[in-house]
Amino acid sequence: MKVLVPIKRVIDYNVKARVKSDNSDVDLTNVKMAMNPFCEIAIEEAIRLKEAGTATEVVAVTIGAKASQEQLRTALALGADKAIHIETDEKLESLHIAKLLAKIVEQETPELVILGKQSIDSDNNQTGQMLAALTNRGQGTFASKVVIENGKVNVTREVDGGLQTVALNLPAVVTTDLRLNEPRYASLPNIMKAKRKPLEVIAADSLGVDLTPRMQLISVEEPAKRTAGIIVEDVAQLVEKLKTEAKVI
Amino acid sequence: MKTLVIAEHDNGALKPETSKTINAAVKMGFSIDVLIAGNNLSAMSSQVASIDGVANVLVADNNVYEHQLAESMSDLVLSISDNYSHIVASATTTGKNFMPRVAALLDVAQISEIIAVVDADTFKRPIYAGNAIATVKSLDSKKVITVRASSFDLQGEQSAAAITSIDTVSDSQLSSFVSVEQTESERPELTAASVVISGGRGMQNGENFALLNGIADKLGAAIGASRAAVDAGFVPNDMQVGQTGKIVAPNLYIAVGISGAIQHLAGMKDSKVIVAINKDPDAPIFQVADYGLVADLFEVLPQLESAL
Repeated sequence: MKVLVPIKRVIDYNVKARVKSDNSDVDLTNVKMAMNPFCEIAIEEAIRLKEAGTATEVVAVTIGAKASQEQLRTALALGADKAIHIETDEKLESLHIAKLLAKIVEQETPELVILGKQSIDSDNNQTGQMLAALTNRGQGTFASKVVIENGKVNVTREVDGGLQTVALNLPAVVTTDLRLNEPRYASLPNIMKAKRKPLEVIAADSLGVDLTPRMQLISVEEPAKRTAGIIVEDVAQLVEKLKTEAKVI
Repeated sequence: MKTLVIAEHDNGALKPETSKTINAAVKMGFSIDVLIAGNNLSAMSSQVASIDGVANVLVADNNVYEHQLAESMSDLVLSISDNYSHIVASATTTGKNFMPRVAALLDVAQISEIIAVVDADTFKRPIYAGNAIATVKSLDSKKVITVRASSFDLQGEQSAAAITSIDTVSDSQLSSFVSVEQTESERPELTAASVVISGGRGMQNGENFALLNGIADKLGAAIGASRAAVDAGFVPNDMQVGQTGKIVAPNLYIAVGISGAIQHLAGMKDSKVIVAINKDPDAPIFQVADYGLVADLFEVLPQLESAL
């Protein structure tokens, strides 16, 4: 079975985002970029399915500017068989991304699509669910366990207050949560090998998807800052302050 | 122009997120209907009807909706969506699951996890783990919106609104429920508690989280954890407070052995009062704490428990 893994190039998760001084957006000039952490988990899961003999082919796809090919090469180094780059310099919304991915699903006909549950830049948590809707597939979001058997995929989901397991007919869409697996690192020989793996480039505007913005970004601001308080001497003083000053206990 | 709010519940009880999401919907300025979908809902339906601001309660009471699977929920919402300009749900794991599906089926964008309503089309939402706040204006004629409940207040009560049942059932065959494993706890839920005490990597192991129990009992607190503690396997993920876990804003948040990574701060920095206990005086958590105690948590936790 073929597994498609859409991935995203985002700000490195160790880097603190800074707002531009004109409040128009976040400043990403010269900022270290990386594969979205949840996408790394998605790639890892797909590769494990291949190692287990369940998946036969893993295809990584990304949508973005030329530089996002870097993350596709990482996916290839980790074990993906081929990569597709849908090239665009536009800043697209989740709905556009889902529609472009639906075109790739149509072209590649994967039985399983595995994506990260959210990207750490826009924090939307939408693309997987939208893709499932547009391709009329069942969805298993926030997965902490994925088991494929008898033509179905059983997905254990991290939900508020516990875990929920659902069974989805294949083909299906799964989005990853943190504890699904621990992603591996790419080895140097695999990084070298990845350079020779196939990477197809498709222009986003050639796919017949309406990419008109549905949202307007009015402004981006720094969040209200908390000011550091005081350091208390001991537990007695802490309890005293909480009772008489903060009045919260 | 009318707003549809989808109620948040677990079949047993209505969640406070419902009232807070209605509070956000009130700020959008239109008449509000609430859809409640699940199994055996009569008691909860009347509870929803008495939340201030609700004009009509629509009840889809059928075992098909018991587990609120995204495929059937989105078909249900879609079937009544013509009547509404705004469709709003809480950004819980349930709302996050079915709402983007609704948006895609309506061919509109979703505005995720709003923390403020500027006007009927314009909203504020955190991006980059809360390191920036974006103001976005929807250009779609229909808005699909999820709400970060901790940023809104509970609504008051009113005399009961009309209750109507929806009898057509949309049973999507794409998915089916297998099982659920509820975390059993006598404590309040993290997102609803007025006091939260969380442990981080400094707790060293899962057993040591028991040190937080006595304090939580005395304060009526929920117990949370940092992502580091979850990743290290100390505690389950549903205890995680942070960008990728739960967002909390209690009156009092006590961070124990938590360094204060960006991801964690994103989940708790709107708390009214923050206390940090950490032996590292340079831990970033002290920059957001109202009261910091630089000490070994294993020494001070028992002291704190007996001092309360």
